[in-house]
Amino acid sequence: MSMDLHQMGVAELAAALAAGRVSSVEATQALLQRVRAHEGLGAFLAVDEAASLAQARQADERRARGEHTPLLGVPIAHKDVFVTRDFPTTAGSRMLAGYRSPFDATVVARLGGGADGHPGAGAVTLGKLNCDEFAMGSGNDNSAFGPARNPWDPARVPGGSSGGSAAAVAARLVPGATGTDTGGSIRQPAAFCGVTGIKPTYGRCSRYGMVAYASSLDQAGPIARSALDCALLLSAMAGPDPDRDSTSLDRPAEDYTRGLDEPLPGASAGRPLQGLRIGLPTEFFGAGCSADVQAAVRAALAEFERLGATLVDVSLPRTELAIPAYYIIAPAEASSNLGRYDGVRYGHRAAEYTDLLDMYRRSRSEGFGAEVQRRILIGTYVLSHGYYDAYYLKAQQIRRLIAEDFLRAFEQCDLIAGPVAPTVAWAIGDKADDPLSAYLADIYTLPASLAGLPGMSVPAGFGAGGLPVGLQLIGPHLAESRLLHAAHQFQRATDWHTRAPASVTLSRQA
Amino acid sequence: MSLTLQDVDRLAHLARLALDGPTAERMLGQLNAFFDIVEQMKAVDTTGVVPLAHPVEVFTDVALRLRDDVVSEPDRREANQASAPAVEDGLYLVPRVIE
Amino acid sequence: MTSASFLVQGYEVVIGFETHAQLATRSKIFSRAATAFGAAPNTQACAVDLALPGTLPVMNRAAVECAIRFGLAVGAHVAPRSVFARKNYFYPDLPKGYQISQYEIPVVQGGAIQFYLGDELRTVRLVRAHLEEDAGKSLHEDFHGMSGIDLNRAGTPLLEIVTEPDIRSSAEAVAYAKELHKIVTWIGICDGNMQEGSFRCDANVSVRKPGQPLGTRREIKNLNSFKFMQQAIDYEVRWQIEQLEDGHAIEQATVLFDPDTGETRAMRTKEDAADYRYFPDPDLPPLVIPADWVARVQSEMPELPRAMAERLVREHGLPDYDATTLTQSPAMAAYFEATVRAGAAPKAASNWIMGEVSRRLNAAEIGIEACPVAPVLLGALLQRVSDGTVSNNAAKQVFDALWAEPVGVQDGSAALARVDAVIAAKGLRQMNDTGALEAIIAQVIAANEKNVAEYRAGKDRAFNALVGQVMKATQGKANPQQVNELLKRALG
Repeated sequence: MSMDLHQMGVAELAAALAAGRVSSVEATQALLQRVRAHEGLGAFLAVDEAASLAQARQADERRARGEHTPLLGVPIAHKDVFVTRDFPTTAGSRMLAGYRSPFDATVVARLGGGADGHPGAGAVTLGKLNCDEFAMGSGNDNSAFGPARNPWDPARVPGGSSGGSAAAVAARLVPGATGTDTGGSIRQPAAFCGVTGIKPTYGRCSRYGMVAYASSLDQAGPIARSALDCALLLSAMAGPDPDRDSTSLDRPAEDYTRGLDEPLPGASAGRPLQGLRIGLPTEFFGAGCSADVQAAVRAALAEFERLGATLVDVSLPRTELAIPAYYIIAPAEASSNLGRYDGVRYGHRAAEYTDLLDMYRRSRSEGFGAEVQRRILIGTYVLSHGYYDAYYLKAQQIRRLIAEDFLRAFEQCDLIAGPVAPTVAWAIGDKADDPLSAYLADIYTLPASLAGLPGMSVPAGFGAGGLPVGLQLIGPHLAESRLLHAAHQFQRATDWHTRAPASVTLSRQA
Repeated sequence: MSLTLQDVDRLAHLARLALDGPTAERMLGQLNAFFDIVEQMKAVDTTGVVPLAHPVEVFTDVALRLRDDVVSEPDRREANQASAPAVEDGLYLVPRVIE
Repeated sequence: MTSASFLVQGYEVVIGFETHAQLATRSKIFSRAATAFGAAPNTQACAVDLALPGTLPVMNRAAVECAIRFGLAVGAHVAPRSVFARKNYFYPDLPKGYQISQYEIPVVQGGAIQFYLGDELRTVRLVRAHLEEDAGKSLHEDFHGMSGIDLNRAGTPLLEIVTEPDIRSSAEAVAYAKELHKIVTWIGICDGNMQEGSFRCDANVSVRKPGQPLGTRREIKNLNSFKFMQQAIDYEVRWQIEQLEDGHAIEQATVLFDPDTGETRAMRTKEDAADYRYFPDPDLPPLVIPADWVARVQSEMPELPRAMAERLVREHGLPDYDATTLTQSPAMAAYFEATVRAGAAPKAASNWIMGEVSRRLNAAEIGIEACPVAPVLLGALLQRVSDGTVSNNAAKQVFDALWAEPVGVQDGSAALARVDAVIAAKGLRQMNDTGALEAIIAQVIAANEKNVAEYRAGKDRAFNALVGQVMKATQGKANPQQVNELLKRALG
């Protein structure tokens, strides 16, 4: 039985635990063993068997006392930008190597043991997951602790910045994981690894305890195998955090699993999405998008039609402008957010320095990797005297125009669909010397991020080299339920999300 | 317009980064490549467009949430300083600050 | 604004003020750590104040209300929507690498401070007042060549109050600062403790020949006493004029005043002061202040010192000097008004409070709110002076007794009873019985024929001697005027 524990998704495992077919300690041990067996993937940055098992024992005791919270005893793992008391938090940076937070991020607490009078869903933390340094990157090759690898082809990137999260879920090391998405960092790695991920509306999940990259864009979300599992995790993660995060939305948490199996109002069981209008932005299907990705996405859209949805053409005319707008706004905020890493109160301090200024400069350049320093320079420049209006202000104006384009598009459709990325996962190192080419590859995920819209990546088949392709679904603000429902109905009719990489099958037989 | 090495040095100083010569050169090239694609923003007419500072502004009124004036943070100096590079008598130590 | 400008060696002095008033809140502006002064280093710096990874600011409502109170007190516009911005620079006492402040849209806009300079009513216009967080402290005593950083003060709420360059002399600067200090303490938004840094003034000083454009200014930082404020500005003005007279240009600089040398010296300028890279803080949505909030605060505002002083002049005919002195603090003003309500003549009450009462309070080193003689008792005592029961001199002995043995009294009649009891016990009642007095005068005349003769011969000193005799015979209880009249009549 425990041989197959890793084959279970979040919902299955939660049910098995609730039914007493397996204990949290058993599940945790089995998955920790599997994590060790796949160290080569580079998915985990921190594992602490004692800490995880202590949490698992607590979960089993809570169960014994008759408690049953939705995720009680389910092992999950957190992207290493969520601060945790029981595990070190590095954000993939040498700057924070060995850093211990005195508190848990709100999202971590709500998924786990709870905090601030919030009960907590009872999940067990299996460890901390690799990511691009300070969540800056789309290949997880900007991690100071080595790259995470794509379980479908270890020579390929898992995507980023939540690469460790997507790789761990795809490799069946954990049933579910947290990620963060600033410009596509949940959706793109989910697509590259053939798993399901959702970035909620900006402000849905508290940012308290998330190591900040770009404050007006950062948003936490789950990565799991299915929309159902994502719904379970998101239900625990979401909700206002009035005492800790001034930008968390004043909207009560929802049970995102409710009604997932039901057809839309007035639709039949056979055509459950009858009446759903899916908008296809012409700008998402241009020459920039590779043929294999287009083919897989088109096939998935055909499936949606079979499920009753109607496809309509829409336009997001400023899609290309999302790249400069995002890569000005995000680095600007990052250059300020990373000012706190000065080697005074925590983090890396250079071993040798002549004076205060020298200590700052050495500590920061030793502690930050190249991509982080590049974005700090860009951000410092666009905020500096005489350039603010031409760059930062202009980018924020364009950001509003992009958001308004979406509002206009949503007058003609209920959801927007398209590719997550122009290509499948690239080889590790391919874009290392050409950061700009990596920026350009974010083109389909950046617009929704700038507009603060919820977006998903749903496994939609395979492209070149047998690598997964993700279908991106974008909803209006607060329409997470609509997204998850459409994705779940699609996954009832397809099995892309159940496909596991061969390497995983092998390690199962072994 | 395109940046110069002097610009990169000034920015590195403002941002408290220490870039050696080759790194600064490489950064210069990458920054200028990036700002080439930024140029297309100039063509966009944004007169009268209100900058979007908080993305949720487009669908809901945003107003700063205010908290009651209550003290509820106990002294956690020990835990807070556990990761500090240099501490003495509860103070963080830094190279001499001259005013 | 130049009406009061006077020239120093032919130069006009131009001064603008920036004052940081520490707001009297329990918790910090963006965190729930305590603001109390003097705790052990870094024991009142929580995760948010220390800018630990993942922390975020959440705004303190009480700090906003302080800003609204101030805005209303100085007749400013309270912005219905203001914006917090990040001021980015590196300094060890600045944990986040930026200070959260307000830049383009401050919460308080405009307004003015009015005060008397001598007997001239002066007005200094305010540009703005904005909310921001304080930084920590660098302790420079030597830790083997290192400095120690204490972040307890980091995140303490400040209101930075900025004036137009309307001030024209060091004396006016001090008068402005004292009036501002009076206002912020009067409306209860700042404890005004200058030693602890609750009220810190920076003065931007420049000089110019009349009619010339503004000269280059130097900013004198952290003037934390009114005495040093005047010394520092006077020194700075002399220094700038000397420079110009010697043909040197003034360079913009930040300077510190050294009380020991009495001189100002240029600070080592903070790196990159030039480029703070301000931008709206994405962690904080705009601060929205609805009209009904402002209205509620307005309804709770106390009468302001200047307005109250004018009323005291209007209602009680007090001189400006008295009215201003009596409105130094809410407690003193309240004591005065209660004394008058208790039946004292306003001017007499004013004289007593500024004189005898203040003298005793200073001697005892206590505030008027702790005065052992309740206003209702002073009121009763002054009634007894005005109705002739006791002389003003005797009243001081009564006051001493009231001070020595405080007795709680409910109302005016109880107070009068208490005062009368003391007068009786001390036998200080003034003799107003004409008959008895005439009898004594007759005896004195009979017993002092020599003086009488001299008086009749036109010697005034003789008359005074007789008055003295009468007062002696009455043990000083006679009313001197009455004695004069009756004696003159008796001598024909």
